[in-house]
This record gives sequence, C-alpha cells and structure tokens, in this order.
Amino acid sequence: MNLLWEWLADPNNWSGPEGVWARLIEHLSYSLVTLVIAAVVGIPLGLWIGHTGKGRLTVVNLVNGMRSVPTLGLLFVAVLVVGPLLAGDVAFLGPAIFVLVILAIPPILAGAYAGVEGVDPGVRDAARGMGMGELQVLTKVEIPVALPLIFSGLRSAALQVVATATIAASVSVGGLGRFLIDGQAYRDYGEMAAGALLVALLAVCVDLVFAAVQRLVVSPGLAAPNDSPRLRAAPQPVPATT
Amino acid sequence: MKKITGFLALTLVAVSLSACASGNPLATPTAGGGSAAGQAIVVGSANFPESELLAEIYAGALKAKGITVTTKLNIASRETYVPALKNGEIDLIPEYTGAFAKYLNADADTSDEAAALASLRAALPATLQALEPSAAQDKDSISVTQATADKYSLTSIEDLAQYAPEMVLGGPPEWKERAAGVPGLEKVYGLRFKAFKPLDVAGPLTVQALKNGQVQAANLFTTDPAIKANGFVVLDDPKSFFGAQNVIPVITKAKATPEAVAALNGVSAKLDTDMLATLVTKVVVDKADAADVAAEWLKANGLS
Repeated sequence: MNLLWEWLADPNNWSGPEGVWARLIEHLSYSLVTLVIAAVVGIPLGLWIGHTGKGRLTVVNLVNGMRSVPTLGLLFVAVLVVGPLLAGDVAFLGPAIFVLVILAIPPILAGAYAGVEGVDPGVRDAARGMGMGELQVLTKVEIPVALPLIFSGLRSAALQVVATATIAASVSVGGLGRFLIDGQAYRDYGEMAAGALLVALLAVCVDLVFAAVQRLVVSPGLAAPNDSPRLRAAPQPVPATT
Repeated sequence: MKKITGFLALTLVAVSLSACASGNPLATPTAGGGSAAGQAIVVGSANFPESELLAEIYAGALKAKGITVTTKLNIASRETYVPALKNGEIDLIPEYTGAFAKYLNADADTSDEAAALASLRAALPATLQALEPSAAQDKDSISVTQATADKYSLTSIEDLAQYAPEMVLGGPPEWKERAAGVPGLEKVYGLRFKAFKPLDVAGPLTVQALKNGQVQAANLFTTDPAIKANGFVVLDDPKSFFGAQNVIPVITKAKATPEAVAALNGVSAKLDTDMLATLVTKVVVDKADAADVAAEWLKANGLS
C-alpha cells in the first residue's frame, strides 16, 4: 500500500505528457470517441429494430455474439491486420477504438431496442389514433418513453469502455492503461496499483455523471419509481472480457 | 447495484489485464509432478519467442537425462522473472551474458565476451550460478529502415545523436527505465529522442511500427528474421552499449546437480548464432511449435 501512496504523492507522476492528467485526458478522449461512434451506430439501429420489429433475430443475435468476442484478442488481430493500412499513430489507435466500439455497441443497441419495443402498445396506438405519422410516433412517443432504457444502455457501455480502454496501452497507445502495462514491465507495483485505482475511480465518476444527466433529461413521469418493472428490466452490464 | 457491478467489472479488467501482461503465471507443468516434484527443475522464460525456445531446449535436454522438469514459460521481462529466480519460484532461465550483467550492475563491463561473462559471474547473487555460455549471441539493437538509414546516412548508433531529437524510438515498455534502455542510450551515446514509444519485446508490433513509420528507430533482436525480411539496418554499436550477449543457462545452485550441469553445458557447446537464428525463424516465421523445434534440434545434435 505504501508504494501506492508514494507513487500518488509524487508530483512528477502527475504532470507532463506522461503524467496522470495527460493520461486521464487521453483515456477520456478515447472513451468519448468510442461512445459517440457506438451510439451513432447502435441507437438508430436499435430504434429502427424496436419500432419496426424487422431484423430483430438477425441483428440482435449478431450483436449479442459480439459480446463474446475477447477484446484483447481482437485488438491484436485488428492491429496486425488493419494497422499496416493506416499511417501514423492511427495505425494503433484506430484498431483500439474499433475494438472498444465493438464492446460498446451491444449494450447501447440492446437498450434502444428493448426500450422502444417495451413501449405500451396502447400508447403507440393512441399516438397513431391522434394522427401521428410513424416518424412522429417514434420521436414524440417511443423515444421519450424509452429514454430510461436508452440511457441505461449508454451507461453500461460507458462503464465498460472506460474500464476496458486500459487495453489500448498494450498496443502502445496512451491512456491510464499505460500505468498498468509499464508498471508491470519494470516491476513498479505502486504505479500499477495507482493505475488500477485511477481507472476504477474514473469509471465510478463517469457513471455518476451519466446518472445525473439521466435524471435531468428523462421525463419525471418515467423516472420516478425506482421499482418500476421497466427499469428493473434494464440490460445488465456484462463484465468486460479481455 | 450499478456501482457494485461497475467495480466488479473494473476489478475483472484490472486482474485479467495484469494476468495477460505477465504471460501465464499459472502455466501447467509440461512434465513431472508426482513424488519427485520437490526436486523438479522449474524452467522459466522471458516473454519473447527466442527465450521460450531456449527454455524448451534446456527442458528437453534435462528430461533426456531423466531429470524431472516443469516449465513456466513466457513469464515477462527480466524485472519480473529475476525476482522469481531469486525466490526459487523458478530454477533455470536462458539468459544473455551482457544484458543480465547490466541488469544486475548498471556499470558492468560487457564490452567483449570474456568481460561480459566475468561481469555476470561477479554480479550474480550467491544462490545462482551461470553455467557455460554458448557461442550463440543475440543482441539488442537499434535498427532503422533502409530509407531512414539512407536519408540521414546512418551506419552506427553514434550517427543518430544529431537526428535523434527528430526521431521516435520504439522498444519494450521496460526500456523506459532500464539501464540498458533509454537512460543508458542517453548516458553512453548522448541520444535524446523526441519520444519513446512503448511497444512489445522486439515482436510484431515493433516491426510494424518501424515499417510504417510510427517509430523511426526501434529495438530489434539481431537474430530476428524480420530484419532481413524487411531490409532493416542494424546500426553498429561502437561503444559496445549492448555488449556481448552470449546465450547462457542461469540456474539455482541448489538444483545444479552434475547431471543437470552436464546436460545444459552440452546444449551450450552445440549452439551458435546462425543455428539460433535458424531455429527462431522456424518459430516466428514458420509458426512451428517451440517445443517441437527444440525436440528436433536436440535429436539432431544427439542431446535427446
């Protein structure tokens, strides 16, 4: 434990391009880029499947299959196959973001799809009865009602991505994972422990931020009861496999 | 609930990451066990193919003499396996005279083969014994692409001093702190690179990074078939920074029975640099199993 506190107490470990702050910003930016890409892919696809019921079997099974892909293994394959096609630092960063996106899509898609599909058919019929078109039904009724589940998908994806982005360090990219990989290479337990602790704290903070945003944007009529069956059916985060 | 699952997921990631990085600490023994387990020699190796191959060769040669052997291969860098060797968690490791001497004593003289061996023997802890070195050498190197060598007309590491501030150096993560890595290069050759990029142990990542220009200079092993395959230029080392690097078995004294010593010295007597490079090529390029390559070589040399 002493090693950990000594490492954290040393100001040299916090500043500069290899310090904690720089690594933290790298880590957050990788995670953010990953989440944006995964959301751009996962949410529209999930909404479409939930709304139309089309492609459910194929897409949902395919995406659930993606959950079982070992991220670390995929990372090395991606780097060795895709890396030579890219120039500069993107050759390692690109594959790292790609495998994180693969990790993040399943919970996001599941949240969007389950949220829309779970909308009470009566509500949907009422909306149509009021003369809404399909797009209006989706944007004015289904999405607002599905928002808690969409957020819940985003939250579990964010948590997994922030925790798993450490593997990027194994292919020379930055992020908080550098402390784990480098500490292991030269046997600095304090650095490794500090890296692990920082990643854990970061993940909890990110989750809290998402919780706060969720509380702000979700309609109060939907968000209130914590014991509502719909919320309990939220997709559970899957422990990241590496 | 969410937070708890979050913590669990994180712990899992952290644990599995460290497990991945350290190779397989719980590697299953390939032979032995049973009543003789207490006397078995545990052969370890570093986390790069040549070290694993040499460990397999040592293990095979010992087995041929009826000695019980278990293997713990692909452990990690020297920083990790040397403590394990001192603690007796492993008993035998293939080493390189100069690099190991420098690890034990940053100021060790490793300029030629005899000096490196003497430095190593002098610096070894009392519980360990360095047996006979082989003629085979595999050095760390600073290598560049042919294009880089032409551009700056580089032939030796000394020539780099002027251009290093424009170049990114790639190497294994432990190089950042090691005497035989970035700090030593600065001290001996006055090289201050623009940045150091932690890659793998002179493996595919390093080759790719050098080929594609993410790094302009990189640490490669001189036996690496990728050097020839990609036309890389190994820069001369006039100050003998990497020194002599003869392959040498280092063993715990308690396990160094006369039979074991004879078997291991028998391996050293037959091994030379070209042969080692050929064997490494079989593993790295032809993707042959290290244990099979080792067994074949032992058989061909009458050691099995």
